[in-house]
Amino acid sequence: MSWFIRKDKGIQTPTEMKREAPDGLWYQCPNCKKVMHTREHKLNAYTCVHCNYHEKIGSDAYFAVLFDNNTFTELDPDMISGDPLTFRDTKAYTDRIKTTIAKTGLKDAVRTGYGKMNDLDITIACMDFGFIGGSMGSVVGEKIARAIDHSLKHKQPFLMISRSGGARMMEAGFSLMQMAKTSAKLALLAQAKVPYVSLLTDPTTGGVTASFAMLGDFNIAEPEALIGFAGPRVIRETIGKDLPKGFQSAEFVLDHGFLDFIVDRKDLKDKLTSLLKMLQ
Amino acid sequence: MRTYLDFEKPIADLEARLTETKKLAQHSGVDVSDAVDVLEQSIDKLRREIFENLTRWQRVQLSRHPDRPYTLDYISLMCDQFIELHGDRTVRDDPAMVGGFCDIDGQTVMIIGQQKGRNTKQRQHRNFGMPNPEGYRKALRLMQMAEKFRKPIITFIDTPGAFPGLEAEERGQGEAIARNLRDMMTLKVPVICIVIGEGASGGALGIGIGDRVMMLENTWYSVISPENCSTILWRSWDYKEQAAEAMKLTARDMKDAGLVDGIIEEPVGGAHNDHQGMAQILKSVILATLDELNALSPQERINQRIDKFCSMGVVLE
Ligand SMILES: [Zn+2]
Repeated sequence: MSWFIRKDKGIQTPTEMKREAPDGLWYQCPNCKKVMHTREHKLNAYTCVHCNYHEKIGSDAYFAVLFDNNTFTELDPDMISGDPLTFRDTKAYTDRIKTTIAKTGLKDAVRTGYGKMNDLDITIACMDFGFIGGSMGSVVGEKIARAIDHSLKHKQPFLMISRSGGARMMEAGFSLMQMAKTSAKLALLAQAKVPYVSLLTDPTTGGVTASFAMLGDFNIAEPEALIGFAGPRVIRETIGKDLPKGFQSAEFVLDHGFLDFIVDRKDLKDKLTSLLKMLQ
Repeated sequence: MRTYLDFEKPIADLEARLTETKKLAQHSGVDVSDAVDVLEQSIDKLRREIFENLTRWQRVQLSRHPDRPYTLDYISLMCDQFIELHGDRTVRDDPAMVGGFCDIDGQTVMIIGQQKGRNTKQRQHRNFGMPNPEGYRKALRLMQMAEKFRKPIITFIDTPGAFPGLEAEERGQGEAIARNLRDMMTLKVPVICIVIGEGASGGALGIGIGDRVMMLENTWYSVISPENCSTILWRSWDYKEQAAEAMKLTARDMKDAGLVDGIIEEPVGGAHNDHQGMAQILKSVILATLDELNALSPQERINQRIDKFCSMGVVLE
């Protein structure tokens, strides 16, 4: 067993909440096809109670899983993307942003905030894949940079939850430099000896992997998450053959020495708390 | 045998005529010096015209010109001595990333850069200038050594990207680049980064964190190549010219956007047309920039370097 806590009561999900499961609301696992109460699924941190399949969730759900009573203060909630290059492909970038904001209810591909996690102060930045593939443009870079500033100022641990296809092409050079910006802030965080945990979720690729996601004091991942620099399609085209099974999975990346551990999402909060407490 | 790009063809035609005229004169003994003068002037005029009105895509083509000087060419043209150093001390030596101590005008500097090959065999050996993680780790090792011995660092960026291969993933391409980005931010010695050809994505940025980042006139630097951008956004390879326009990836574009610090002019007709001339310009820019940077304290340089990268980005709030 790679992780355990000795305590009298064990790790609990509050049973009184379980009773609140509204009738008629069911979640079917896309992996094992079994059905469970939505409430039950949510209490299991949005993972399947039968097969442990980790549903792809966004910042809303992660904040609910991690912050005590889902209470937190959001940083820069209204920051939205500019259009520094007046970029247009088949569609104008500004229109793409407007449509995506309307469709997702999100402002961009990351949300940041601070609050308590098991009574421990923490700053969390969490990416939203639903917003243009979790791509990193100026807003993602700037919000992460400011979240790190917050964590630095208050000397509280920083948790980054990555889920991204990589760069925001419509911001071209500006997108690229967000890798530099976030890494610069992490250099300052490291000098101040403030703990930084990077959680990589499915999928984390491209410029995100090649910057903040791989720079944690602790790089950790959810089971079976796809993690890589180049995407599988690009690698397949480069080498001209199929990729081995499990290539670029979290387990593969752990085996090759780039992760500290893999954690089930339902254990994430308590395991993180234990780890961070050991550092105090 | 020189290579001519499509838009250089008119120059090639005139140059061929010039050669013919000279040959004719040799055989016949007729004085053709007037005709030669006229031809030489028209070649010069044509070259200026063509190079003053390049599209973004044409600059991308120039950045990949097979006759363009590469990192080792500049080192041998600019430096009185070069001791190449190899290996990342972990896995192997990566020939796509070269580096070592150089003597430039009496100063010792560490020069590191991606290296492309000139012929088929060399190209394969250099992996087309696409480093593996070992290349980035070798680069960082050499940078930290330069810091230890208090020697400035100069990097030459010229890559179509970090290599997207199986072993590269196994050995942590993302981690290697990420570490360079973070650790280059706090190097105590002056760091100058110069895009001498292609500056593609994280593979370029992985040696691109400097006090001064500059681009040669006919180079590009962006998050992805125009071809790949076209494939992803337009779902076809055919929109690379439009993609290049939309991405605003030239030296002028990047300078205007505040994403690089300077543009280094190339000789008329491009760096590939005059290696010696280009190397002289590059050398004088490097020496002048080193003087500027040496006037600052290590902490001032680090603070300014970090502030510069942290100010990049455009958001609305
Ligand atoms: Zn299931």
